[in-house]
Amino acid sequence: MKWSVWLAAAAAFAQVPYDRIVNTQNEPGNWTTYSGNYSGHRFSPLTQITPANVAGLHVKWAHQFESGRTETSPIVVDGVMYITAPNSASALDARTGRELWKWTRPIPKDYQSIGFGRVNRGPAILDGQLFVATLDCYLVALDIKSGAERWSTKVEDYKPGYSMTLAPLAIKGKVLIGVSGGEAGIRGFVDAYDAVSGKRSWRFWTVPAPGEPGYQTWPQDAKFKDAWKTGGGSTWVTGSYDPELNLVYWGIGNPGPDWNADSRAGDNLYTCSLVALDGDTGALKWHFQFTPHDTHDWDSTHVPVLFESDVRGVKRKLVAVANRNAFFYVLDRASGEFIAGRAYAKQTWAKGLDDRGRPMVIPNTEPSADGTIAWPNLNGATVWFSPSYSPQTGLFYVSTREIGSIYYKREADYKPGTFFAGGGEAGIPNGEKSGAIRALEVSTGKLRWEFPLHSASWSGVLSTGGGLVFSGSDEGNFFALDALTGKPLWDFQTGGAVTSNPISFTVDGKQCVAISADRVLYIFSL
Amino acid sequence: MSKWLLSGLVTITALAQVPDPAVGKKIFESQCALCHGQTGTGGRGPSLNRAKLAKAPDDEALWKVITNGIEPEMPGAWQLNVREVYSVGQYVRSLGAIPPEMLPGNPSAGERIFQSKGCAGCHVVAGKGAGYGPELTDIGTRRNGAHLRQVILKPSTLLPEGFLYVTALTQTGATVRGIRVNEDSFNIQMKDASGQFHSFAKSELKEVKRLRGETPMPAYAGSLSAAELDDLVAYLASLKGKL
Repeated sequence: MKWSVWLAAAAAFAQVPYDRIVNTQNEPGNWTTYSGNYSGHRFSPLTQITPANVAGLHVKWAHQFESGRTETSPIVVDGVMYITAPNSASALDARTGRELWKWTRPIPKDYQSIGFGRVNRGPAILDGQLFVATLDCYLVALDIKSGAERWSTKVEDYKPGYSMTLAPLAIKGKVLIGVSGGEAGIRGFVDAYDAVSGKRSWRFWTVPAPGEPGYQTWPQDAKFKDAWKTGGGSTWVTGSYDPELNLVYWGIGNPGPDWNADSRAGDNLYTCSLVALDGDTGALKWHFQFTPHDTHDWDSTHVPVLFESDVRGVKRKLVAVANRNAFFYVLDRASGEFIAGRAYAKQTWAKGLDDRGRPMVIPNTEPSADGTIAWPNLNGATVWFSPSYSPQTGLFYVSTREIGSIYYKREADYKPGTFFAGGGEAGIPNGEKSGAIRALEVSTGKLRWEFPLHSASWSGVLSTGGGLVFSGSDEGNFFALDALTGKPLWDFQTGGAVTSNPISFTVDGKQCVAISADRVLYIFSL
Repeated sequence: MSKWLLSGLVTITALAQVPDPAVGKKIFESQCALCHGQTGTGGRGPSLNRAKLAKAPDDEALWKVITNGIEPEMPGAWQLNVREVYSVGQYVRSLGAIPPEMLPGNPSAGERIFQSKGCAGCHVVAGKGAGYGPELTDIGTRRNGAHLRQVILKPSTLLPEGFLYVTALTQTGATVRGIRVNEDSFNIQMKDASGQFHSFAKSELKEVKRLRGETPMPAYAGSLSAAELDDLVAYLASLKGKL
């Protein structure tokens, strides 16, 4: 069915079967999964808003959240927008922003966010249900028509430091989630739950136990033999999915403790890696570790971008990642083979990548008692906010952070429910801090253009079929650039820092762009 | 219970509450510094190397913040005992403290020099003066005598973080010079010496010149006697704001 027919039906609270998400390019007026499609593109094929008319964008409506620093990326289906906040979800009329229903779950009094903010990055939708991950580590299924809670499943105990801030990923019959807690000595995992019953289908532990493959990359001596139990490997950013290969791609976070690696000699798999998991079983198909034995908190928790391209004359299925460690990678997504990689931001910790993609680490760049200066800082050259890939331009757009840091190594004692980090950073006095939207050739990572930002941003990027790139800044600007040249074409002062991911959809046939800034969600149209 | 045992217990209880700076530093670095920076310079949390903390005006408030956290972002340190909380509190206070120092000058004489040299033409103190340069109402809580002395003699060698003197060249050929008030990727706001605000879209300017290392404040090296300098420094060091 054509997307226009879906629109004409305009039945509020329409069902979203799996096939609709797989074929989401057929209904560009909707935004049916976190990244807009399973490939992690955050690209809208909509063409109404163009470089020629974008200057005429204006606010259509706004929605105010109860608290600030909103990170939600909405889902929009047939005139209804679904948004989240910590432990809450709402359905809004996409035409006016008026609330249709709201669901909340109390945050337990003794809940603590250890190492991150109380945020939620959005919902997932499948069939007649909306899925929300909560701070206190429950996965909840809501009826899309009423907001009624169909089921809620305890994923883990929040007390030792597990939490959830991410948007779930709904694939065929299953809902996938990951956890936060990499600064609290958790042992991470990716879980899949049956969408109908809420029962767990599988769990992939990101830190292998004794006897499992990968365990040899953790210390074997008696003194540190339990390091894997507190080895980190959080999974707090939504992955991507290839329905043909039935593989889920998920980024894994830092090892624990973050900055003091004395207790965890070895590469510490699967921390700071991308893993490809069988969608039915969670079995590991392959892994690629970007930062072996990380000591800078460079989680590899990013949205993997799936694309196809010729490699030495052969068309291959690939995945691109702009990593927190300042390198851009292209891998074969069927096998995990390293294809290409290069730095896309300032970094001082590696001479480069070898022919298998492993970093050639420069000695003495790890944290020290007196402090070690290194680029990028602990938030990385980019972090959780989404990049965007436009199949039209073949460019990978990433909001890049250019900040160095002084890294300190400190003692780390594990006590459940407290920080288990072993150090941290301090800013370089009078150090330069900047940011940029960079457009990289997706197959090579080569810089095509950049738009400098006044400071490092926390906003994701959206590209569109109309030839635009949208993103935001820490100073509250929401703006549009020409997707081919990076030329600024429009900007709007939102009044608060933009710390979220933009999306695009249609209402009554008109293209809209949505972004949250602090506590306000703005919808723009021509 | 024997008198001896009772007094022993009292001593132990009292000792248990005496803060230990080494303990405070260690806990701060492992539990607080992730957000507040290893040296208290801030990060995702606010900087703490300041004399006054907005959420902790006194020590009792500070202990409460450390123990309970601040919703929704800051976790409470529920695992710490009373002595550890006191120790962390003391360490946090030390991050922003200017160690007490004996300064040679006379603050009252310094205040007269402040007026006669025209300092109030650019700086606000306790609601009086013009606000072109930084406000000095509580400068004594943020800067020590040596720092103040150097700024007065050679201000361009010690500019405050974030301070920028800029020149904007407009399309019509006009030049506006002033202190940057705000800047983002698309716009800049500045204040000129008369206190007037200017707002420009960067795309409409020919150029924004960043006069790094420059300041409109004159260097007073050579125009103050040694005694006058001592007095002026003593006056500024005495400005502690509303305590």
